[in-house]
Amino acid sequence: MADQLRLTVDGRDVLVPAGATILGAAEAAGVEIPTLCHHPLLKPSGACRMCLVEVEGARGLLTACSTPASGGMIVRTRTDQVVAARRTVLELLVSEHPLDCLTCESTGDCRLQDYAYEYSVTGRDVAGLPNTPAADGRQAKLDDSNPFLVRDLNKCILCGRCVRICHEVMGYGAIDFVSRGATTKVTTAFDVPLEESPCVFCGNCLTICPTGALQAKTGRGLGRSFQYDRVRTICTFCGVGCSLDLHVRDGRIIGASAAEGPANRGLVCVKGHFGHDWIQSPDRLTTPLIRAGDGTFRRATWDEALDLVASRLAEIKAAHGPDAIGGLASAKCTNEENYLFQRMMRAAIGTNNVDHCARL
Amino acid sequence: MTNSNWEFEHSEAIFIIGSNTTEAHPVIGAVVERGRQAGATLIVADPRQTEMARRADIHLQHIPGTDVALLNAMMHVIVTEELQNREFIAERTEGYAELAGLVAKEYSPERAEQITGVPAGQIAAAARAFAKAGRGAILYSMGITQHTTGVDNVRSIANLAMITGNIGRYGTGVNPLRGQSNVQGACDMAALPGNLPGYQLVADAAHRAKFENAWGVELSTRPGMTLTEMINAAADGGIKAMYIMGENPMISDPDLNHVEEALRSLDFLVVQDIFLTETARLADVVLPAAAYAEKDGTFTNTERRVQLLRRAVPAPGESRADWQIIGDLSARLGHPLSYRGPAEIMDEIAGLTPIYGGVSHERLASGAGLQWPCPDRTHPGTPFLHRERFSRGRGQFAAISYRPAAEQTDGEYPVILTTGRILYHFHTGTMTRRVAGLHATVPEGYIEINDRDAAEMGLASGDKVRLTSRRGSLVTVARVLPTVLRGVAFMPFHFAEGAANVLTNAAFDPVAKIPELKVCAVRIEPVAAAGAPAVADAGQTQGGGVR
Repeated sequence: MADQLRLTVDGRDVLVPAGATILGAAEAAGVEIPTLCHHPLLKPSGACRMCLVEVEGARGLLTACSTPASGGMIVRTRTDQVVAARRTVLELLVSEHPLDCLTCESTGDCRLQDYAYEYSVTGRDVAGLPNTPAADGRQAKLDDSNPFLVRDLNKCILCGRCVRICHEVMGYGAIDFVSRGATTKVTTAFDVPLEESPCVFCGNCLTICPTGALQAKTGRGLGRSFQYDRVRTICTFCGVGCSLDLHVRDGRIIGASAAEGPANRGLVCVKGHFGHDWIQSPDRLTTPLIRAGDGTFRRATWDEALDLVASRLAEIKAAHGPDAIGGLASAKCTNEENYLFQRMMRAAIGTNNVDHCARL
Repeated sequence: MTNSNWEFEHSEAIFIIGSNTTEAHPVIGAVVERGRQAGATLIVADPRQTEMARRADIHLQHIPGTDVALLNAMMHVIVTEELQNREFIAERTEGYAELAGLVAKEYSPERAEQITGVPAGQIAAAARAFAKAGRGAILYSMGITQHTTGVDNVRSIANLAMITGNIGRYGTGVNPLRGQSNVQGACDMAALPGNLPGYQLVADAAHRAKFENAWGVELSTRPGMTLTEMINAAADGGIKAMYIMGENPMISDPDLNHVEEALRSLDFLVVQDIFLTETARLADVVLPAAAYAEKDGTFTNTERRVQLLRRAVPAPGESRADWQIIGDLSARLGHPLSYRGPAEIMDEIAGLTPIYGGVSHERLASGAGLQWPCPDRTHPGTPFLHRERFSRGRGQFAAISYRPAAEQTDGEYPVILTTGRILYHFHTGTMTRRVAGLHATVPEGYIEINDRDAAEMGLASGDKVRLTSRRGSLVTVARVLPTVLRGVAFMPFHFAEGAANVLTNAAFDPVAKIPELKVCAVRIEPVAAAGAPAVADAGQTQGGGVR
């Protein structure tokens, strides 16, 4: 078929639609190719050079993320030449990267760390290059002036994922590359703090940052990815239905992150990303309350409170009929709860006076 | 929505009216942005130049409450320039001639310009761009529905979708963006006075019989009251007791002074919530509930997708999940509702609700969700509706004439006030105002006033202003901006102190009973800055912190 291409990746035959990249073909063949700058929501940029592969008949190595597959291609992803090239890429990146993984918030959730481990790159392999930006006076200051995000540009590997998601997906373009060569960095226009830029703090940049250059401000020091459980759930705010992972350690929520779900495809907004502290607010109600004779509330047991509610509703129903009682269910409660609420109003009380805030 | 979130990535024209998408539904805003960058024409109708309007190819900055005139004028251009989809109209719809006759005769863009304030040329350009696109999607939200003409507005949107054949296909549709995590599900589950689960009808004997058999009781045939009607009935003495679960009408409802009077006049008020909200403070009994992160269950999102919630942490103190509280209370009322858990409740729902027939927690565990209608256990769900036919057969065009909003400006109340949401807060603020970062970003309420209007009033950003409508008065802080239409002011409704809904009009749509939160008439007056006395109903509205 003309709209399908057949090629070989590491000896495996694979059929892909025309227009697929070599990376896409490798995925279809079940072959994993390392990437740092590639992301499925973003246009290919070929910036990081981690995905280099050998293609029979091609001059030099090609970037799998940005090279279209073609029929009859023979691709090899783990030859000595490929592995050596990836090691060089990693050595150059790590030579400029702080080696403070002991205390880095992103340890265990860092692609650079994973690949350095996989390719045995220590950061001491590039003769003549300093192993931290500090050594040549390029130490960047930590930017934590806003309430949501911490930027540590010393850990930035200039993959451009954050820049591209801000431009290509969110449409704000709050950050971009500035300067050239060794002084290139990602920042706002005129290098102002994020809160003075068009940034809306969705934090989708931090979701896809492959290193610790972008971190959530809340939850710092409370636990790293290997110390907390991720509980997949749905965000409680608007009706988009974003999938979220709540980060739970010792029975407490210490953070949240965007999860890959059909409604949000890994995206989230500032409320979904950083807006869950209220769950553990000291203001939460913890016992039933009954209004006392003097007008103040007193604490009550569940039996006491529910008995009172049931007897008062029964009295009012007896005196004025079921339609003297009205119930408001909730757009913040589950389907199961709304179903039970209306069943109780209709079957136990006997009225159709049930509604909720759909109109508000 | 008739269609799904990510289809807008592939729409060729996207028309957003009455939705501040990037702030109120930010992730759908991102999908629209991807569509725009892929070449879709973006048309935004909004009285304010929102972020989405700023990005639009065409921004129709219309006066609040004039949506029908604007939409009719777009259809006037489509009909007179013969841009309508004849094949779709002939095969799938009825009532076209009447609509076409009305818009052609009475709604020229020039006449609409007089009503809406939008230049006729812009209306025509928007109509042409939308009609000529192969796949056109319409997105709207409460900016369309919260009007005394809410139903007219929605039907006009349906007219525009059908006249251009933009329904029943991928990347098109009539797409209301639902504002709360489970507002779609609460409707589906019949937390509505006239419905039984799955939009079965209280008024239909066969539908009622099915539930009477399942629940073992006889059901009332008397139609119930909507929220706005219940509040009025409470004030009049027709409603003596209310049970309010997870809602805060003391901030969210129109004309708050009236709401407070109504709730205070009840013989008995129960509020079940996670915080002692403004509404809970008026209750006789307060029942502490678990939050979303503390329970299992399902939410149904704006694209009709049922998705699984999972319990992450225990609920604090003695608070309990709402389904457990209702079960125990219902038993005391003589109708036991006892289940092992939410999965078993969903099985009961699936058995009684055809559109949820194939939904179970077990199927949802994969994470893909299921979009209703999903009639049986093998059905994959429905990404977009009305593919072959409409629920009623043919799509019904409605010839609708423009009616002005219930309250008009005059010499005493010369400014149109419209309300809405902002990015950093949610609904009545009970959750987001307790998040340090969100609170620090926008700590207090404010009003957006057009810069030229402000100059005439002698106001600058940060000045305190007194707002007065026919129903109430409050003090807040001015934000002077060029992005809001002249003669219009905008207030977010999230803030309990200086609550916007003290001012809003409770007049409602005759059919949907939705209040006109998007249009009321107010007066704006400067409040003397130095040594001004504290204002009781204004709370923390000190200057500064304006972002």
